[in-house]
Amino acid sequence: MTAADGPGPESAKLFIIDAKGRMRHLARTELVSLFSPGDLIVANDAATLPASLRGLHVASGELIEVRLAAWIAVRDPTRFVAIALGAGDHRMPTELRPHPPSISPGDRLSLGPLVAVVEDLLGHPRVLALRFVGDRRAILAGLAGHGRPIQYAHVREPLALWRVWTRIAADPVAFEAPSAGFALNWRTLAAWRERRIGFSTLTHVAGISSTGDPALDLRLPFDEPYRVPERTVAAIKQTKSQGGRIIAIGTTVVRALGSVVDANGRVHAGDGVARGRIARETPLRLVDAILTGVHQPGESHFELLRAFADDSVLNRMSMVLAEHSYRPHEFGDSVLIERQPRGLPHRMHR
Amino acid sequence: MLAGTDLKDLRVAVTGGTLGLGLALVRMLTAQGAHVAFVARTPEAVERIANETGAFGIVGDVARKDDIYRIALQITGNLDGLDVLINNASSLGPPMLALLADTECEHLEYALGVNVLGSFRLTKALFGALVASAHGGRGAVVINISSDAAINAYPSWGAYGASKAALRHLTAIWDQEAKADRVRFLSVDPGDMDTPLHAQAIPDADPATLRRPEDSAVSIVETLLAALPSEATHLVGAHR
Repeated sequence: MTAADGPGPESAKLFIIDAKGRMRHLARTELVSLFSPGDLIVANDAATLPASLRGLHVASGELIEVRLAAWIAVRDPTRFVAIALGAGDHRMPTELRPHPPSISPGDRLSLGPLVAVVEDLLGHPRVLALRFVGDRRAILAGLAGHGRPIQYAHVREPLALWRVWTRIAADPVAFEAPSAGFALNWRTLAAWRERRIGFSTLTHVAGISSTGDPALDLRLPFDEPYRVPERTVAAIKQTKSQGGRIIAIGTTVVRALGSVVDANGRVHAGDGVARGRIARETPLRLVDAILTGVHQPGESHFELLRAFADDSVLNRMSMVLAEHSYRPHEFGDSVLIERQPRGLPHRMHR
Repeated sequence: MLAGTDLKDLRVAVTGGTLGLGLALVRMLTAQGAHVAFVARTPEAVERIANETGAFGIVGDVARKDDIYRIALQITGNLDGLDVLINNASSLGPPMLALLADTECEHLEYALGVNVLGSFRLTKALFGALVASAHGGRGAVVINISSDAAINAYPSWGAYGASKAALRHLTAIWDQEAKADRVRFLSVDPGDMDTPLHAQAIPDADPATLRRPEDSAVSIVETLLAALPSEATHLVGAHR
C-alpha cells in the first residue's frame, strides 16, 4: 500500500451539523475555511503503538495474538493490560476469531523477540496484565520490530505503522489511532493560523475500540491517561474569555477536556486519567464542537455524540450519512457536530 | 568553548551514530549530559557504542522505508520526545568515486535513498514530535549534514554531490515552511574529515590534512545550541 492508493484523504467528505441542527455536505479539504478568528482547535498528538503481537502461549504451544490495550503505568513499556485472541488474522472479524488457549497467571508468552509473563487475569479470562522481560530499550525495539498496528477487518492490506500515525503524531502512547486527526494536515493548520484560528494539542491515550467480545466491549473505553500542557490550558482560557469556541478533533479530545475541567469550570493542566463514558447526560463544559469519524448507533463513540446533539438530529444524521454513502471507518469521512443548546427544541432545516 | 557545557535535558537523535562524525557527536553529546538516541545498521556496533556511551542504540537502516517509523517510535519512546534530530547517515553511492557516466543507476539511487529520502522520511515521521517540543518552548532543530560537494561540482563525486545538493535545498525549503512552528532546519558542512566515508572516497588521503570528526562535532553542537530559542536555555548550562 502506498500513500497514493485508493480514495485518499483529499477526496474525503465532511458532513456538518450546526448548533441549530442544520445539515450540509462539504469536501473535507474545506476544513481550511471553517471556524472563525478567535476559535481554538484542540487535537490529540498521540502516535500509535504497534500494539498487536503474535506468538505462542508457551504452556499449550498454541498460537496467540495479544493486543496491548492499556498502560499499567503510562510510558513504561514493561507492563501492559492486554487482550488475548486466538488464531486467525485481521481479515476475520474479531467476533468470529477462535478463543485463545486457557491462560493462567505465571504463563509465558513468546512474542517474536519478546517474552511476556502473565502477571494476572483482570476479571476476564482474556484480559491479561502482562510484564515484558527486559529493559525499556529492548522492549521498545521488540515492539517496533515485531509489533503491528491493530488491524481492521475493513482494510484488506496489512496496515503499516506509518499509516496509523496522524500528521501531528508526536508521542507514541496510543493503542489505536486517534483517527479524527487523519483529517488534519500541515496546510490546514497553516491556513487556520493565517485566519487567526488557534490550534493546540494534548496527548490522550486512545485505547482499543473493540475486543471481539460483546460483554468485554461493554467495559470499553478503558481508563485512558492524558497529558494536557499548560500552553493548551492557557489557550483554552483565553478562547473562552474572549467568546471563542473550542473545537475538539476527535472523541479522545472530548474525553480529555471533560476530565481537566472541574465542577466550577476551572481548567487544570497536567497528567490525569479519563474514566467512564461521555453520554447524553454528560455536560460539556468546554467543548463547543467535535470533528469525528462516521460512527454507528450503539458504538461508544456514537454515544458520546449524544452529548452534542439531540437523538432526533443524530438519527436524521445517520440516515443522511447512509444515503450519501459516507465511509464509516478509521480512514473514512468526517462529521463536524456543533453542540446544540440544551433544553431547546431542535427544528430541522434542510 | 564547549567544554563544561551541560546539555542536561536536551533530547537528541543522531543517525549513523557508530562511525565517523556520528560517533563523535554521540560521544560528545552524551558526555555533556544530553539524552541521546542513535541509529545504525549493524547490531554489534550499536550495542558496543550504546554500552560505551550510555546512549539508546537503535538498529535500523534509514534507507529502508519500512524501518523509518520503527526508528521514530524508538527515538521518541526512549527519549520521551525529541528536541534535535541530526541526519548524519550518508552514503557515497558507488563503492568508490566514479564519473557520472560510469555510475550505476542503482548507486545513484542508493545515495539518494540514504542522503535525501532517508533524511526526509525520518524527519517527516518525527516532525510532530519536533513541533510539540518547539511549541512547548524547548525549541526544535533539524541538522542535516551537508558537504561542500553540495555546492561545488567536483568530478567523480556525482552521486554524493547531487544527493547532498538535493538535501541542502530540501533543508532550506523546510526551514521556510516550518518557521511558523518554530522548528529550525540547518545544513552544516563539517569539512573534509578523517572518517570511513572519506577513506572510501580517497583511500590514500593523508589523515594529517583532514579535520578530526571530534572537532567538527564541536562546531555542530555549537551551531545547534545557537539555533535553539533563548527560552530553551534552561536545558543547557550557562556556559554559552
